[in-house]
Amino acid sequence: MIKRNNKSKENNPFYDPTLKSRHRSSKRFKKFTLTSLIFSIAFLVFFLYDIISKGTPAFEQAYVSVPVTYNEKTIKNTRKAIDRKYLRVVSRAWLREIPRQVKEDPSLMGKTVNKWALADDQVDQYLKGHYYKLKRKDRALIDDMKAHGAVELKFNTIFFTNGDSKIPEFAGLNSAIIGSIFTLIITMLFAFPIGVMTAIYLEEFADDNKFTQTIEVNINNLAAIPSILFGLLGLAIFINLFGLPRSSPLVGGLTLALMTLPIIIVSSRAALRAVPDSIRQAGYGLGLTKIEVTRDHVLPLAFPGILTGSIIGLAQAMGETAPLIIIGMIAFIPDAPSTVTQAATVMPAQLFTWAGMPERMYIEKTAAGIMVLLTVLISLNALAIYLRKKFEVKW
Amino acid sequence: MSNKNSIKIDVNELNLWYGEHHALHNITVPLYENKITALIGPSGCGKSTFLRCLNRMNDLISSVKIDGSVVIDKKNIYDKDVDEVSVRKRVGMVFQQPNPFPKSIYDNVSYAPLKHGQVKKGKDCNELVERSLVDAGLWDEVKDKLNEPGTSLSGGQQQRLCIARTIAVKPEIILMDEPTSALDPISTEKIEALMLELKKKYSIITVTHNMQQAARVADYTAFFHLGKLIEYDETEVIFVNPSNKKTEDYITGRFG
Amino acid sequence: MHSFESKNRSTVIKERIIKTLLITASTISILTTFGILFSILFEAIAFFELRSFWYFLTGTTWSPGQVGSQFGAVPIFTGTFMITLIAMAVAVPIGLGSAVYMSEYASHKVRDYLKPILEVLAGIPTVVYGFFAAITVAPLIVKVAAFFGLEATFNSALASGVVMGIMIIPVISSLSDDVIRAVPDSQRKASLGLGMTQGETIKNIVLPSAMPGIISAVLLGFSKAIGETMIVVMAAGLRPNLSFNPLEDMTTVTVRIVDALVGDQAFNSPETLVAFALGLTLFVVTLILNILSLMMIRKFKEKYKVNTL
Repeated sequence: MIKRNNKSKENNPFYDPTLKSRHRSSKRFKKFTLTSLIFSIAFLVFFLYDIISKGTPAFEQAYVSVPVTYNEKTIKNTRKAIDRKYLRVVSRAWLREIPRQVKEDPSLMGKTVNKWALADDQVDQYLKGHYYKLKRKDRALIDDMKAHGAVELKFNTIFFTNGDSKIPEFAGLNSAIIGSIFTLIITMLFAFPIGVMTAIYLEEFADDNKFTQTIEVNINNLAAIPSILFGLLGLAIFINLFGLPRSSPLVGGLTLALMTLPIIIVSSRAALRAVPDSIRQAGYGLGLTKIEVTRDHVLPLAFPGILTGSIIGLAQAMGETAPLIIIGMIAFIPDAPSTVTQAATVMPAQLFTWAGMPERMYIEKTAAGIMVLLTVLISLNALAIYLRKKFEVKW
Repeated sequence: MSNKNSIKIDVNELNLWYGEHHALHNITVPLYENKITALIGPSGCGKSTFLRCLNRMNDLISSVKIDGSVVIDKKNIYDKDVDEVSVRKRVGMVFQQPNPFPKSIYDNVSYAPLKHGQVKKGKDCNELVERSLVDAGLWDEVKDKLNEPGTSLSGGQQQRLCIARTIAVKPEIILMDEPTSALDPISTEKIEALMLELKKKYSIITVTHNMQQAARVADYTAFFHLGKLIEYDETEVIFVNPSNKKTEDYITGRFG
Repeated sequence: MHSFESKNRSTVIKERIIKTLLITASTISILTTFGILFSILFEAIAFFELRSFWYFLTGTTWSPGQVGSQFGAVPIFTGTFMITLIAMAVAVPIGLGSAVYMSEYASHKVRDYLKPILEVLAGIPTVVYGFFAAITVAPLIVKVAAFFGLEATFNSALASGVVMGIMIIPVISSLSDDVIRAVPDSQRKASLGLGMTQGETIKNIVLPSAMPGIISAVLLGFSKAIGETMIVVMAAGLRPNLSFNPLEDMTTVTVRIVDALVGDQAFNSPETLVAFALGLTLFVVTLILNILSLMMIRKFKEKYKVNTL
C-alpha cells in the first residue's frame, strides 16, 4: 500500500487530489466484492456448524438399566415385563423385542435380569438438554437412576441397523441406504451405457447434420429441466403407461437415469475429445476400422475421464429427492427392499420424511442423516477428483 | 554525449526482477523531449519490460521488484508518495495488438477524459474527440460514423483509434510497444508518418523489432541485450557507426 | 500383385449393428424431452377439459376439493415469483461480487482454494437446504422480525427465498467467473494505461464486456429458482396467498405439484390433474428462460471467440 504523503504536495507533480475520491470509490467496490465472497464462505461454515451440532448427538442414544422379568405372562404381554414406573421411560419398541430376546437366549426364561433397555425418545432428548415432554415424576425417576449409574448414552447402532419407524428412538437409516443402493444401481445400469454410447456416437461417428444438432440441443435442454418434471414423466410413463410398480427402485432408478444422462454425456464427450487425433490416425493407418480404433484405442484412454464424470453424475443422483417423491418413494418404509420392484425409499427422501415428523428426536436424526449423506457425497467427489488427477495424461 | 535537448525521462540505475530472475540490469538512459526514441534488440532482451517501467505498468505483476529511479518532471515516479494512476495520465501507452474498447468510436476516445474530469459532456467533449481523431489521422475516415463500434474498423484504423484515445488524455509522453507489428505495410506507413507528426507535441518512446522502422522514424535508438543497455545514441550513429561490437552484430543481422 | 480384399459380410453386419446401437442410444435424449413434454401435455389437457384454461392462468381463487372447485393459479404464480425474487436478490449481488473478487482481485493461491469451496455449495442436496431453511432459518427470521416488532410466520417466503438464494450463488458465481476471465486482458491494460483505477476498469470495461454472459448466468439462476422443489416444500407454505409481504407464507408451483400428487384423490380428478397443468406452465417458463440464457451466452462467445465456456 503506497501511502500518500501530503507533505510533499508542493514539489510532487504526481500528487493528484482529484484521484482521492476515485481511489476511495474503487476501494469500496473491492470491499464489497470481498464481503460477498466472505459471506458465501461464512454461510457454508455456519451451515456446517449447525448441521454438525444438531446431528452429532444423534450418534449416541440413551439406555436405561432396568430389571426385566421373563416368563410366560410377560412374553405375551410385554408391558408387564418391567415395573410400572419404568413404562414411560423404556422404549415400547424395545419391549416388543422381549420375545425375540428369550428366543435367542432361552436361559433368561423364569428369571428377572437387569438389562440395558433402549430409553424412550423423550428421555433421550431430556438427557441431551433438548425440548422434552416428560412428566415431573418421570424426570425425577431418571435423575435418580442417573445418580445410580443406571442411565447411559451408548453409540447409536440402531441408526444404521434399523429401518424407518414411527417410534423415534427405533428409527434408522438402514432401509433408506439399501433403497438408495438399489436405486442408484439401476440408475447407473441405464445411464452409463446409454450416456457413453451417445457420447461416442456424437464425438466419433456423427456427421454435422440436423439430427446431430437436434440431439445436442436436447441434451442441453434436459440438463436445465427442473427435476420435478422428470418425476411427472416417471409417473405418467413408467408407472401409468408401462405399469411398473410405484415407489420401486426400478422406477426411481429409471427416472434418475434420464436426469443423469446429460452429465455423463457431456463429461464423456470431453474425455473423448481430449484424446489426440494422432492416436486415431495411427489406428486408421494400420488398417483398423473406426469401431476397432474407437473401442481398442480411444476408449481406454478416455476411460478415466468418463469414469470421473460418471462418479459426479452418481453423486448428483444420490441427492435427488423431488422426482422420487412424485413417483411415490416417500411412503413409510420400515423394511429394506430385497428386490428392485418392491416399494422402497432413498436417503434424501427419508430425510425429507423425518424432517416433517413432530417428535424432536427426528431433528437430530435428520441432521445425522445429512451428515452421513454429505460424507458419502464428499467422498465420491473427492474420489472423482483423485482419479482425474491420477490419470491426467499430459499429451 | 552532450546536446541541447532537454531530458523528459531520466532513468537511473534501473533494476527489475521477476521473482528471482534479474531481468533489467542497471539501466541508465536519458530520454529526450519531443524526440522519438526507439528501443531495439532481440526477443527477450527486456525492451518491452523496460518500456512498461516508464508508466509503472509492471506494478500489475505481483512478482516484480524494482530498484532505481525513473525521474519525470524532477520526481522519481517510483517514490512512495507517487500515485501510479496519476503517472499513467501523463504517460500514455499504445499496445502491439490494437485493443479498442467494445464501445462506439466516440466513447472510446471520450471514456478517459470524461472520467478524469478533463472535459464535461457536450460541446467540450465533442471538440476533444474531434481534435484527438484529427491528430491521430483518423477523423476523415470516421467522422460520419462516430457511433459505430470501435471494433468495426480495420486493424490499422483501430490502432489509430487507440492512439487517438491515448492523446485525448493529453499526456506528455507516449509509449508504444511494437505499434505496427500486427499491421499491414500501408497501415504501418500511415502510423509511422503519424509518429513523426506527434513528436512535435509529445515525447515518444517506441519498442520495435523492425530495425528499418527505427531507422526511419527514431531520433535516438537504444540497443538492449539480455536485460542490459548496450548502446544508446542518435539513430544515425547506431546504424552507421556503432561503438559496440554486439550492436554491430545485431544491426548487421548476425543474430537476433 | 495382391488386389485389395473387400470387407467380409460378418464384419459389415457387426459394424452396422454397433452403429445402430449407438444411434439408438443417442435418440433416448430426444425421446426423453418429448416424453416429458407429451406426458405433461396429455394430462394437462385432461385437466383443461375439466376446468377453464383461461381461469387457470388469470384467476385468483384457488379452492380445490369442493363442488364448484376453482383453480385460479395466479396466487401460486405470485408466490413463486416472490420467493424467486428474494432468492435472486440474495444470489446475484453475492454471486457476482464473489466472482469479481475471485477473478480480478484474488491471488492465484486464494482463488485455487476458494473456487472449490464455492462449488461445495452447489453440491449440497436441496433436501438438506430445505431442512436448514425449515429448522434453522425460519425460526430465526420469526425471532428477528419480532425484534423489530414485525410478525413473520414460520413458513415465511423470506426463509425459503433466502436459502434458495444461497443455493443459487454458485450458479451465478461460477458462470460469471468464467465469462469475466474470458474478457481479454488487453482491455484491462488499455484502461489502466489511460489512468483508470482497477475498480473503474472493472466497472466500466470488464463488466460491461462480460454482460451477455452475466445475464445468461442470471437467467439460468432464475430458471433454477423457479423449478426448485425441496426447499419450498419443506420451508414454504401450502396455502396460495396473493401477497407481496415476504414475511407471510405463500406457496409455489412446485409445492402444489407435490401436494396434488401425494394425496389420496383419484388420479383423474381435477385436484390431481392440476399438477400437470402446473407442470406444463413450469416447463414452458423454464424452457423460455433456458433458451434466452443460451442465446445470451452464444452472443458472448461470438464476441470474444471463446470455446472454453
